[in-house]
Formats: sequence, structure tokens, C-alpha cells
Amino acid sequence: MTVETLYGLCAAGLVGLGLYGLIVQPHPLRKIVAFNVMGSGVFLLFGALARRGAAAGLNGDPVPQALLITGIVVAFSATALAVALVVRLIESSGSASLSSEPPSTDSHKPPTS
Amino acid sequence: MISIVLEPQMQSTPGGLWLAVAVLLPFVGMMIGLCLGGRHVRRVALLTALLGLALAVVIASSWLHADGPLVYVLGGWSPPLGIALRADGPSVVMMLAVAVVVCGIGVFAYADFDTPAGKAESRSPFTYWLLLLAVWGSLNLVFVSGDLFTLYVALELLTFAGVPMVCLDGKSETLRSALRYLLFALCGSVLYLLGAVLLYGGYGTLDIVLLSERIQPGVIAWTAAALMTVGLLAKTALFPLHIWLPPAHGGAPAAASAVLSALVIKGSWFLVVRLWFDVMPGVVTLPSAQLLAAMGATAIVVGSVVALRQERLKLLVAYSTVAQIGYLFLMFPLAFDAAGNALAQDAALTAGVLQAVSHATAKAGMFMAAGLVYAALGHDRIADLAGVARALPITVLAFVVSGVALMGVVPSGAYLAKKLLLDAADQSGQWWWTIVLQGGAVFTAGYVVLVLVNALRRPAEPISTVKRVARSSELAALTLSVASLLLAFAALGPVPGDLIKNPLAPEELVTTLLVLLGGGALAFALARSPLAGSARVGAAAAGESVRRLVRPIGTAFESADGFVRRWPSASIGLLTLAALFGWLLLGGTPH
Repeated sequence: MTVETLYGLCAAGLVGLGLYGLIVQPHPLRKIVAFNVMGSGVFLLFGALARRGAAAGLNGDPVPQALLITGIVVAFSATALAVALVVRLIESSGSASLSSEPPSTDSHKPPTS
Repeated sequence: MISIVLEPQMQSTPGGLWLAVAVLLPFVGMMIGLCLGGRHVRRVALLTALLGLALAVVIASSWLHADGPLVYVLGGWSPPLGIALRADGPSVVMMLAVAVVVCGIGVFAYADFDTPAGKAESRSPFTYWLLLLAVWGSLNLVFVSGDLFTLYVALELLTFAGVPMVCLDGKSETLRSALRYLLFALCGSVLYLLGAVLLYGGYGTLDIVLLSERIQPGVIAWTAAALMTVGLLAKTALFPLHIWLPPAHGGAPAAASAVLSALVIKGSWFLVVRLWFDVMPGVVTLPSAQLLAAMGATAIVVGSVVALRQERLKLLVAYSTVAQIGYLFLMFPLAFDAAGNALAQDAALTAGVLQAVSHATAKAGMFMAAGLVYAALGHDRIADLAGVARALPITVLAFVVSGVALMGVVPSGAYLAKKLLLDAADQSGQWWWTIVLQGGAVFTAGYVVLVLVNALRRPAEPISTVKRVARSSELAALTLSVASLLLAFAALGPVPGDLIKNPLAPEELVTTLLVLLGGGALAFALARSPLAGSARVGAAAAGESVRRLVRPIGTAFESADGFVRRWPSASIGLLTLAALFGWLLLGGTPH
């Protein structure tokens, strides 16, 4: 098994873990962490793919690195925004739960606004 | 030195620079607004909107004069190393439409989102104007981006600008909706990015033109197509992935809902169109397109029925958005070429774009009208709307006109789009979409009739308004709604004229009448509160028994909607759909 394959499998594992967390964890903070785990998986995969550029005689394909940095910045901003929303939600309602109302009556409870 | 002959889409064309300016302008306006702060923000925003509208007109005219798409290669570096901005027909049309809608929304919000007297700056107006410009700039980037990664960044910018619009008032309920929206959208964007990474790994480029030349049906392309499509559907909120839409769009202030509903969802929809029509027209298969349209058809039925069951006007309009998103996906199976092997950029695509533009204008008008009703009455309970037509005639007229435009009856942009799609369905023998297209109008008519009947009812006591709404806001709502009707004039331009014989021909009028009658019947049977109020006793009793019979249907739809909008079912649905798309792509390969 080449080292790239190993990285690829590792990336797949991270994406799977992240997806699992996003689905089953009810707390938004845990969902945010799960999103980051999943994102790391994608970035790792991208890095591993860049290594395959070596086949063309280069040490690695530089384009994915440039894209990766941008991707990480985007994921970072997303995390910051999400955490800020969670903090505001806790400040204003006292809990960070995503579903305040029982889901079956979700659609016909008038929101407060 | 080897001279490289560049392909036509790899170098800048005359007028291409305008594309970069169109992306920059809203963000520059946003920065200026941020620096000036306080009361100047809305003036800066409105000025930027007008400049942007002029710019969109300039781009449209240079596109008309150019032969093929406008291209601007950033920094002179041509793809695959560099990044190109490209504008083809759909992008130019969408840019123009968005500029018009942003101007309309700007005029509407001008009176509403003012800094209160005696204050240097207040949070929600200040943020609103900046976010409006940010949404617009991101949308322009979505429309002109030439590579999948820039599109990813544009899409994320759009989400980051859209999410705070949901919770402008800072109440915990809206904060919760915003957080749900953000988390689900992030889930979708990671899937999109994963697909893009796989494509880069497989074909060594993310440039749309280069990729479309290199891409081959195979495991990589199928996986990427399935992941990216589903990720984008989660952001577009196509049923059953609309977990975040109703609370977010129903809870936000009207001016923000109009932006979210008319514009923001169009960004990810446009990306699906780009992906399917431009990147992988030969990779996607007819069965996968049928699935996409089937989700659209379900969205129309469920969204409309649940809209009828709402008690509040803004939530009704939000659910009508759920239904209308469905329409935008009906064109995919109809756009396949005769052999059913590849997507063709023909009349069905024109119809889809026309539908998107017509929805953008009409839905903005409708949300504005709902917001004005809320502002004037202090509530928007549908059952208590009696007399509002007399108090706010222009607003109610705007609501009705936008409703007519959404129904797709003569004459409106959606009518033209429907005609084109019906024609495509006839030619490709897909009769089932004919039924969906014709039946969809009845469902739309249902909730428009419901609101109209309630608004026209004579009030038991004179209606009291809590606030005078600005005439300019009312006129802005009406103008956008009328603009949606006027899109019918597209028949004179890009749409083949022989389709539309005479809009006032008896059979067209009969269709319109049938749609209205069917809608009335639906509204009567399924609405939460009795439609006819206290009508004649005998008729009311007969009607009540009908209503009692169909009540389980309404509640069944509601509980189905509630079920798919729970987080676990929505996210498992997301994965299931990804698997389903992958399987359908695999199964439908031409041998």
C-alpha cells in the first residue's frame, strides 16, 4: 500500500466520522466539530491527490495547496460564524438546542416574530 | 518558445472586464458603507444598486454584441493555472434579473430599514444593507465563475451573507433557524467540495470548459456528480431537504425574506444547472434527471398543501417557496436530447432560466406584500385578514399579481416557461411531466385564492392599522410583481414565438378558469380555517362534511413535512439521495 492510498483511506475515515457526528449529535457545537472533522477529511484527500502530481515529474502538484489554503479559510470562517450564532443563541434562550418545539408540531407553531 | 494557441474561451474578450467589475462593485459598496457607517449605509447601498443595474445592462448589451460568452481571464493567467470569469446567456439573464430585484428590494427596504432618529447607528438596518450588497456580490460571482472551486467560494460567501439575514432581529427563535440553516448548508457544501476534489484528482482541472472536454462517464465522475448535486440541493432546499427553509424564510423580516427566497436559493440552483448542463452534460443520465424532477414534483404538491395549512401569511409564502423550488427542477429530464444520452442546451434550459427569473421577481413581490400586511396590521394571521384589501389596496394587488405570475396563467413569464416545457414534454414523450406542469398551477392557485378570499372579506368591525406603510414600499412590491408578468414579452425575443398563439384564445381562458376553480376547490377543502366564513347555512354544512373528509389528508401532509424536517431524517435523506443519484448514474450509462 502506497503512502498516498493510506492518506486517502484516512481521509475517507475522517469524512465518515464527520458525517456520523453531523447526523447523530444533537448539540450544535458537536455538529460544528463534526463539520470540521469532515472538512479535514476532504482537505487531507486533496493533499493526497496533490502528491499524485509527482507522477508528472514534479514533487507535487502546487494547485491543490493553493486551493486547500482557501478551503481552510472558508471552513474557518464558517466555524466562526456558527460558533458566534451558538453563543448568541445560548445568551438569548439559555440553551443551545436546535429544536425548541416538538418536531411533529414544528410547522404550525407560530414563531415569536 | 512554443507558442500556445489559446482556445476561444481561454482568453479575455472585449467587455470581459465588466464581469470583474460586476463582482467587485457590490463588495466595494459594502466596504464604503462599512466605513461611512450609520445613516449613510442605505444611501450607499441604493446608489450601488442603481450603478449595478446600469452595469448589468452594459454587460447584457456587450453579450448581445459579442459572439459567444464574455470571458475575463484574471491577471492574464489562462486556465488551468489561472481563473477565468465567463458569462453566457443564462448568467447574463440572471445577473440582470438579480440587479432588478435588488433595486426593487432596496426601494422597498429604504423606508423600513432606516436608522431611528436620535441614534448614530443601529444594528439591524446597518447589517441589513451590508448583507444585501454581500448577497448580491456573491450571486454575481456565482453567475460568472468559470471554475468549480471559485464557485465553491462564491457559494459559501452567499451562505455567510444569507444566514445573518435570517436573524436580523436577534430573537432566539430566529437565531435557531439561522443556525439550522448554516449547519445544514455547511453539510451540503462539504459534499460539494468533496465532489470537486474528486474531479480535480481525476481530471487535473477545475475549469468548467476544460473539465467538460476531459470528463468521461466513470466512477469518479458519477461519484462527484452525485455528491455535488445532493450538496447543492441541500443548499437550494429542494424537498425533502427543506429542513431549514420555512422557519428561516418565515421568521426573517420581509425585506430579508425577499432576498433569501427570491435570490439566495437561486445561487445554488444555478450551480446545479452549471454542473449538469456545462460540466457534465454527457455524464448525467436520464433516470437521474427523472429523480431530480420527481423531487421537484413532490415539492410542488407537499409545499403547496402545507402552505394551505398555515395560519400565518409569511409562513404560507415560505412554503410556497418550497413548492416553487420544485418547478425549477422540472426542466432537467425535458432537456435531454432525443436519444436521451446527454443534456442539450435548448428550449428546456431557456424555460428553466425564465422560470427562475419569473420566480425571483414574483416571490420578492409576494414576500414584500406579506411584510407590508404584517407591518400595517401588526399580525399576519390569514383568518383575520378581512378588510385588508380596502386598507391596503396596492399591497393586496401586488400579492395577487405575484400569485398570478407564479401560477403561470396568461400572461406571465412563468406561462411562457410552462409552454416551452410542455412542448419539450410532448416532443420527448414524457407525458407525466405534462400532468405535473398543468396540475402544479392548480396547487399554486390554491393558496393565492385562499389569501385573496380572506383579504376581500368584509370585516366584522372596521379594520385598525397599527402603522402606515410607506407608499414607495407598496409600489416597489407591485413593480416587481408586474415585472414578472411582463416577462411574457420574452416571447418577442429569445423564445420562439410560434408557441404562443393568442393568449386570449378561448382554450387559454378555459385553462386559466380551470386552474382558478381547481385552486379554489383545493383552498376550500384543505385550508385550516373555513374559507367561506359564515356563508349560507346549508352550503356551509355540506362544505363542512367535505372538509371533514379531506382533513386527514391535510394533516398527513403536515406530519410528513414535519417528519422530513427533523434533523436526523433530513441528513439521512441527504445521504440516501446521494446514494440514489450515484446508483441512477451508474445504471443509466449508455453501452
